[in-house]
Amino acid sequence: MSKSVKIYSTPTCPFCIRAKQFLKENKITFEDLDVSQNPEYAEEMIRKSGQMGVPVLDIEGEIIVGFDKERIKSALGL
Amino acid sequence: MYELIIIGAGPAGITASVYAARKKLEFLVITKDIGGQAALSGEIENYTGYQFISGPELAKKFEEHIRKYGVEVREGEEVIRVSRRDNLVEIFSYKGEYKAKTVIIASGKRSRELKVPGEKEFKNRGLTYCATCDGPLFAGKEVAVIGGGNSALDASLQLVRIAKKIYLVNIAQELIGDKIMQEKLLGYKNVEVLNNKKVTAVLGDKMVKSISIKDIVSGKEEVLDIEGVFVEIGLIPNSEFAVDVEKNQFGEIKVNCHNETNIPGIFAAGDVTDVPEKQIVIACGEGAKACLSAFTYLSTQK
Repeated sequence: MSKSVKIYSTPTCPFCIRAKQFLKENKITFEDLDVSQNPEYAEEMIRKSGQMGVPVLDIEGEIIVGFDKERIKSALGL
Repeated sequence: MYELIIIGAGPAGITASVYAARKKLEFLVITKDIGGQAALSGEIENYTGYQFISGPELAKKFEEHIRKYGVEVREGEEVIRVSRRDNLVEIFSYKGEYKAKTVIIASGKRSRELKVPGEKEFKNRGLTYCATCDGPLFAGKEVAVIGGGNSALDASLQLVRIAKKIYLVNIAQELIGDKIMQEKLLGYKNVEVLNNKKVTAVLGDKMVKSISIKDIVSGKEEVLDIEGVFVEIGLIPNSEFAVDVEKNQFGEIKVNCHNETNIPGIFAAGDVTDVPEKQIVIACGEGAKACLSAFTYLSTQK
């Protein structure tokens, strides 16, 4: 059963790019929310994580700030 | 046991890795991230062969380059101590302990902090050290960029089309960054340069609301209402873990023209060293030199 994965990102942020690459490499389907294009996503991200740094990952409700590979792995059960 | 361990994967570490792979050395790369500071640059227009490339794109190219050689990379791992013992170099990280015949320290630099009240509390709550990453979140907002050098100008240029208004808060009498960038920036109406101003506090509630700045000539303090603070006041070397290695007054590792430190078997390259000028292209060249010096050292040890 695959988990619901959302990533709040900006197109220029290197760690967002790396996080998305990592998900792709592991064949994880995810929803990419570009906070620079959509203020609603930005607000949602700030509300969920209490901060403004990108990327933010929402893995089945678990909020991970930054490209924290170990936490992402454990949240995904990789 | 490795022949070589490379610490860091910015321009210097990556280039050293490419050379080490081609020399077929038995080696490992330990690094916090790939691309280093280069990955955080907005627009790069002075890296030979590319008239224009963005930082993340260049970092991706760097990564592809080492992946092509199947280099062993321990990513997300921070080194806490490097020292020489019994003709070998010992490397301790938060995750493990390694031994190698040689090491290249290419750990680069990190952002210098303001060290004022509110900075820690508001980090990622409006205060950031990475305009490339977080800039787009400040669309239509008034922001302050702190600094007056090239990185402050680069950050401001990244923000001109995003933010409503940019205050460039500079502690010196005038900006010190490249003239070409200054001219470009001052052509924008939404940029205001505040010279001779020192940040004394970052203020807000949940998120940043303002900063307090002090005029260093008159001593007068004022509050600037902004929602974003981009700190770009220079860099400090990631050299603390290299305990026995000789450094200069800025903490940069001293190297000779062969990238040798004062300790045999320990080499260093790029922004973490005292090499004059911190540039991507220079760090790359230094990384190549360091690897070739380590290679020569290894062949004389056999």
